[in-house]
Amino acid sequence: MTQYLLLFVSAVLINNFVLTRFLGLCIFFGVSKSLNASIGMGMAVTSVMTLSSICSWAVYNLILVPLNLTFLSLVVLVLLIASFVQLLEMIIRKFAPALYDMWGIYLLLIATNCIILSVPLINIRSQYSFALSTVNAVGAGIGFGLALVLMASLREKLVLADVPKPLEGLGIAFIVAGCLSLAFLGFSGMITI
Amino acid sequence: MEFWKIFSKGLILENPILVLALSLCPALAVTSSISTALTMGLTVTFVITTNNVVVSLIRKLVNPKVRVPIYIISIATIVTVAGLLLQAYFPLLYKDLGIYLELVVVFAIILARAEVFASKNNVVRSFMDGFGMGCGFIIAMLIIGVIRELIGTGSLLGVNLLGASYPPALIMILPPGAFILIGYLVALFKLIVKYWEKRQKVREEAVS
Repeated sequence: MTQYLLLFVSAVLINNFVLTRFLGLCIFFGVSKSLNASIGMGMAVTSVMTLSSICSWAVYNLILVPLNLTFLSLVVLVLLIASFVQLLEMIIRKFAPALYDMWGIYLLLIATNCIILSVPLINIRSQYSFALSTVNAVGAGIGFGLALVLMASLREKLVLADVPKPLEGLGIAFIVAGCLSLAFLGFSGMITI
Repeated sequence: MEFWKIFSKGLILENPILVLALSLCPALAVTSSISTALTMGLTVTFVITTNNVVVSLIRKLVNPKVRVPIYIISIATIVTVAGLLLQAYFPLLYKDLGIYLELVVVFAIILARAEVFASKNNVVRSFMDGFGMGCGFIIAMLIIGVIRELIGTGSLLGVNLLGASYPPALIMILPPGAFILIGYLVALFKLIVKYWEKRQKVREEAVS
């Protein structure tokens, strides 16, 4: 049990996917302009990440490993995740239109994104079991959501600040993210896995 | 002349990292030392150039409705090849790059060049475009890598340059340093591009 808990805390705080592993930066800077969009995106990423990690685990361990095709894993995983997200979008649009109105646009944005692809790749590299990979995916998603919400709150305040002209927009966003990352650095070394 | 124009626009004015702000993950993640930054830059150049050529070759055969999945398969195959080559000949660098090497697949810049340029232009032009974008990528990676390694450790490629009395600012090789440095570099490049456009305008007015 402690193993799962440690992995979860490590994925959320210590090895935060955005702030210490630099994954999903495009979404991170693109969406963090408004708080509402960030919450929606955080939830969409967490659920897609968990489901796609489960699919990838099944395909990798039940199909690619027995057939000795692990060198194809990259091609297969990219296609699997992209088509899986498309399928998810269709299902949600059909059966839960209200949910689709809230999340629909984010789903397409994350179809081929490094943060979604990175979780299965890390699971494969670390040879996690099924339960561990799922915990890792949930933790990664929640960590991403947390960073996104924090960043959005900061940026909403930042609109009122007087920023030097060349730093406006992306420049100041990076520096704020740096400060946020500095805060998350405080967690490092708490747990070593 | 025309080829030079296609090639050179990726270097500064449309620099993939610092101006277009695409594919930022590698620019931050593997630039803590020059050797990894350069390896990553060369890999991306290889992938983007090869992929541009492939996409340009098959551009008339591909049904527009399924073009994106086809581009993705092409990119994933090329990245797999690059990964296997690195693993065979430079196993240490391969280990340093970690999962970021495999994540080259989803770099927005590669898909963007295939979609915007290679699917509409002939092979030679697409090659020059991919190569130029790749070189711009290498330049940006090297700038970031040099600054981070020099300030963060006081040495470049293991050669101590700043003397023993220099206390290394460890923050620069840790994640926060990368974010803050890129923030300032983006601002600097914004100034450069603005200045360049102003000069271009003045020049055009002088001609007419």
